[in-house]
Amino acid sequence: MSKRLSSGGRLIDRAKPVGFTFNNQHFEGFQGDTLAAALLANGQTLLGRSFKYHRPRGLVASGAEEPNALVGLGDGARFEPNQRATTTEVFDGLKAASQNHWPSLHFDVGALNAKLSPFFPAGFYYKTFIHPRAAWKHLFEPFIRRSAGLGKAPKLGDADEYEYFYAYTDVLVVGGGIAGIAAAMEAARSGARVILIDQNAHWGGRVLTDTMQIDGQDAADWALAQVETLAKMPNVTLRNRTMGAGVYDHGYALAYERVADHKPGDGRPRHRLWRIRAGRIVTATGAIERPLAFAGNDVPGVMLASAVRDYVGLWGVSPGERTVLVTNNDDGYRTAIALHAAGLEVPVVLDARDSVVGALSVQARALGIRVETGKGFAKVLGGKFVTGVDICAQAGEGELLETIPCDCVAMSGGWSPAVHLWSHCGGKLNWDEGAAMFRPDAARPPLGDDGTGFVIAAGAANGWLQSGECLEDAVEAGKKSAIEAGFKAKKAGKMAVFAPVEQPLQPVWMMPAKAKPALRAKAFLDFQNDVKVSDVRLAAQEGYESVEHAKRYTTLGMATDQGKLSNINGLAVLAESLNVAIPQVGTTTFRPPYTPISMGSIAGDARGDLFKPTRRTAMDGWHEAHGAHWEPVADWRRPYAFVRKGETVKQAVTREVLNTRSSVGMLDASTLGKILVKGPDAGKFLDLIYTNVMSSLAVGKCRYGLMCNENGFLFDDGVVARLGVDEFLCHTTSGGSDRVHGWMEEWLQTEWWDLQVYVANVTEQFAQIAVVGPKARLVLEKLGGMDVSREALPFMGFVAGALAGIPARVYRISFSGELSYEIAVPASRGLEFWEKVAEAGTELGITPYGTEALHVMRAEKGFIMIGDETDGTVIPQDLNLGWAVSKKKSDFIGKRAHERPFFSDSGRKQLVGLLTDNPTIVLPDGAHAVEGPKLSNGMENMIGHVTSSYFSPTLGHSIAMALIKGGSQRMGQTLSFPVSRSEIIRAKVVDPVFLDKEGARQNV
Amino acid sequence: MSDAIHIELVAQGMVTLRGDLASASLAKAVKAAVGCTVPGQRQVLVAGENVALWMSPDELLLLVRHDKADDVVAHLGKSMAGEHHLAVNVSDARAMFRLQGQGAREVLAKGAPVDLAPGQFEPWVVRRTRIGLVAAAFWMTEADTFEIVCFRSVAGYMEDWLHHAARKDSLPGVFS
Repeated sequence: MSKRLSSGGRLIDRAKPVGFTFNNQHFEGFQGDTLAAALLANGQTLLGRSFKYHRPRGLVASGAEEPNALVGLGDGARFEPNQRATTTEVFDGLKAASQNHWPSLHFDVGALNAKLSPFFPAGFYYKTFIHPRAAWKHLFEPFIRRSAGLGKAPKLGDADEYEYFYAYTDVLVVGGGIAGIAAAMEAARSGARVILIDQNAHWGGRVLTDTMQIDGQDAADWALAQVETLAKMPNVTLRNRTMGAGVYDHGYALAYERVADHKPGDGRPRHRLWRIRAGRIVTATGAIERPLAFAGNDVPGVMLASAVRDYVGLWGVSPGERTVLVTNNDDGYRTAIALHAAGLEVPVVLDARDSVVGALSVQARALGIRVETGKGFAKVLGGKFVTGVDICAQAGEGELLETIPCDCVAMSGGWSPAVHLWSHCGGKLNWDEGAAMFRPDAARPPLGDDGTGFVIAAGAANGWLQSGECLEDAVEAGKKSAIEAGFKAKKAGKMAVFAPVEQPLQPVWMMPAKAKPALRAKAFLDFQNDVKVSDVRLAAQEGYESVEHAKRYTTLGMATDQGKLSNINGLAVLAESLNVAIPQVGTTTFRPPYTPISMGSIAGDARGDLFKPTRRTAMDGWHEAHGAHWEPVADWRRPYAFVRKGETVKQAVTREVLNTRSSVGMLDASTLGKILVKGPDAGKFLDLIYTNVMSSLAVGKCRYGLMCNENGFLFDDGVVARLGVDEFLCHTTSGGSDRVHGWMEEWLQTEWWDLQVYVANVTEQFAQIAVVGPKARLVLEKLGGMDVSREALPFMGFVAGALAGIPARVYRISFSGELSYEIAVPASRGLEFWEKVAEAGTELGITPYGTEALHVMRAEKGFIMIGDETDGTVIPQDLNLGWAVSKKKSDFIGKRAHERPFFSDSGRKQLVGLLTDNPTIVLPDGAHAVEGPKLSNGMENMIGHVTSSYFSPTLGHSIAMALIKGGSQRMGQTLSFPVSRSEIIRAKVVDPVFLDKEGARQNV
Repeated sequence: MSDAIHIELVAQGMVTLRGDLASASLAKAVKAAVGCTVPGQRQVLVAGENVALWMSPDELLLLVRHDKADDVVAHLGKSMAGEHHLAVNVSDARAMFRLQGQGAREVLAKGAPVDLAPGQFEPWVVRRTRIGLVAAAFWMTEADTFEIVCFRSVAGYMEDWLHHAARKDSLPGVFS
């Protein structure tokens, strides 16, 4: 039974109790506890169920590598699943719940899966996909969906705030143990800017538990003193509760700061994602202890040896009364010694090695602890908790030698350097045969923009597990990082380290070495995903020789812990099964983040109103106040229609169209792109950019133009106004302004740099207001200040002056077929001008109209819309716009492409108008026309599709435009548009100009 | 919002000038129009109420009184007649904010990928970058005072973003 010891616990403050709940039961812990420590202190050893077999699971570890103790944390808008109890600081009012069990933690129906485990071997999921086919849908999937999965998704929006912070530094040191501290100190002394981060709430790493001496001082005290010194240095930034999450190209790193996880709702952002650009990154991320693979190693109470002594030393908690230690190395003995010192029973230490002579083992023996060499476990006894162990010879098949009752097992299979951050961006590893571990190969680091390595591994993370060599390596790493970041390192004094000398470990991948299948099938490699030694062997047998394949087949090393405990053991078993050396198998790919980071931190502040910027015109507020029904147009929001009380949106559109056609309407056209093109070669440049000739345009005149890309496809259109001899203003589509501006700059900068042309995007300088309809001129005359008569301002002309006292450029252009003026005024006076137009037009019946009325009116006139009639595969000729493609010009973008033979094929899809047989039926946008017998594959023979479709209130008839194969030769034909199994809409092919083909309405 | 930080929308005249920044006539025209020399790379130069900012190897942004921008454009056109250039009033195409107060550096460092540490980013240097999700340019005029320019259509986003980033208790406290 685990419990709180009466003394000890370096990190807890016994004067500050805190209350929390686990599965609705109230418990008490102390400030400084992790949730894991506090639960253990309260005798809670069963914390969850495994993913596949729903086996009872307890704590294995004491830190970020914990695979089992995942809980749902908080509630309501602060609920988050899959939180590791070992890295969750306990606070007053914390609420946690175990997950992946049904109906309760102690009685779980899903545990039946375990009984069926022979039927759920490695690759089970993949096999269910294959045969029988129907079984997946009806049998396996519903079953797996109910029983699999870890935490539940939150139901409410997140109550917390998150943010980014962009930081720049010469040296980033990840890890605040002695290696990180020493490296940071070394780098900082050179004057380099240093950021030192640690994922824990405290500094010091392992020396807080595993005492030793540095310069005659307790290493933990030394670490704190160093941190205090660092804190005072102006070039150093220290951050704890901050995990190095990922290393990316060119010295970019993400650090995940858990600002307020331990004080939820205190007004600070919950998490802060640091986006760091560093000259050099020192990874002093330490090492992770490996479990041993023996039968029953997943029973709650079986823990890593280091974790057992962490709970005793850091939090004053004993995981058990009687702990059996099993190890293949000297370090494990520290646990036996620590437990003994805490007055707890250690009935026996089993050491897989035959000969044991290291100083720590000598110390343990001297304390009277029984040490058995060449021994291991046949199996652990117990179900929801450990009741004892069966001892056997490590070299054998598992014959029982002795049964020893105990309630806790501490296991140590050696240590693996935490090489994740080193590896994220391509740092390579070497297998160190003697130490049985992968360690960074300094000759093959991740390379930065200058081709040199930008990550330096330090200390235990670099494979130097003994404190003396660890510190020495860290000092070197710190020095190297500073020098490579361009600083001069100061000569460092040598630190005197006193720590016991350790005897090498003996790799143990299976305990006992010749374990029979029954034992192998109970020896877990991956606790979170229920992957056993037998599964990996099966994968090897079935031909999954690549470690990446074996991973996916068995799920070894997947999910939230990403195999921090299981990977090395798993690939060693795979290597053994394949009868190859471990380095030949290699590791799976290490990918960021190191441990999962919150979705909130990734989103940062981009949520709610800040989720996506919406571009707004100068009149946006007026529209809002006047019933605008909004629609997004590129990044803008534009009124779709101005809806009056008691009106539907559709009715509003109809009213707006009829009113504009019969009287006058006004439109906010500010979103149209406006690009100023100026220079002696401006005309020449525009002749290359547009398909038609622009250089011949007279000053004061406008011309409609088309732009194609190199492949000849139409991508933007608009009216060009010649402002001066060498100055043009090019209007683009609302969504195209930035693209066209970039397009022009690119051609000018990369291809036609000899042309003397400058361009500037002045889209937002102007508010542009269209006054449209037979009474438009009256409105402008009423505003006064300019002669806008037919003679002074003919169609496709423009004049500059002032209307109603506001500087204005008035273009006589029309996208509706009506008498129409587009008036550009400075955006800062846009609202004022808009209101003046509305006022002046009141007695003439002016109404504002939105984008839908605009669309209906342009369709009535057969005007195309980029994005409706074009889709990136349409050339101007397809749209009957061949008249706007110059035959005289020697070149323009798209000209060569237009000469390809299939572009002049008369069978291409061409733009036509459609009139439905039933005038009230509006064809759906995108409806396909079909013709003739079905194709050999059973599909209809599709000959084209509807590109725009509206009900025209002006004509009292539905109208549509469509791209139809050979359309221009089909005038008068009736086409079939099947829109459902039972409904076919029939429509006649007509000229796409439905209204006023001769242009009488605008020619006034 | 943190009490120490002040955010304000400022009416500002702005003129974009593109041309050969090394040319003598451009230098003369700039001097005559706004009263200062041509700024070097990323430089911000001040002459009374006018400011000249380096935008790119062939582009300057001139800050003048809002009601003077058209005059400045005309002036530049006259004095550079015959030399290829582009001068245009962009006052209304942009919005300018002033961000002032202790912690202003950290407010911006939440959204701009720029080294804003003291000593690394100092007054009278302009950066064209982004803030949050929109394009922006900014510079410091004195300790803890930034001037920020963004496109007019996203001024609402910028204002919301600045207020959000400057809210109480949210600054990381790295630069202080």
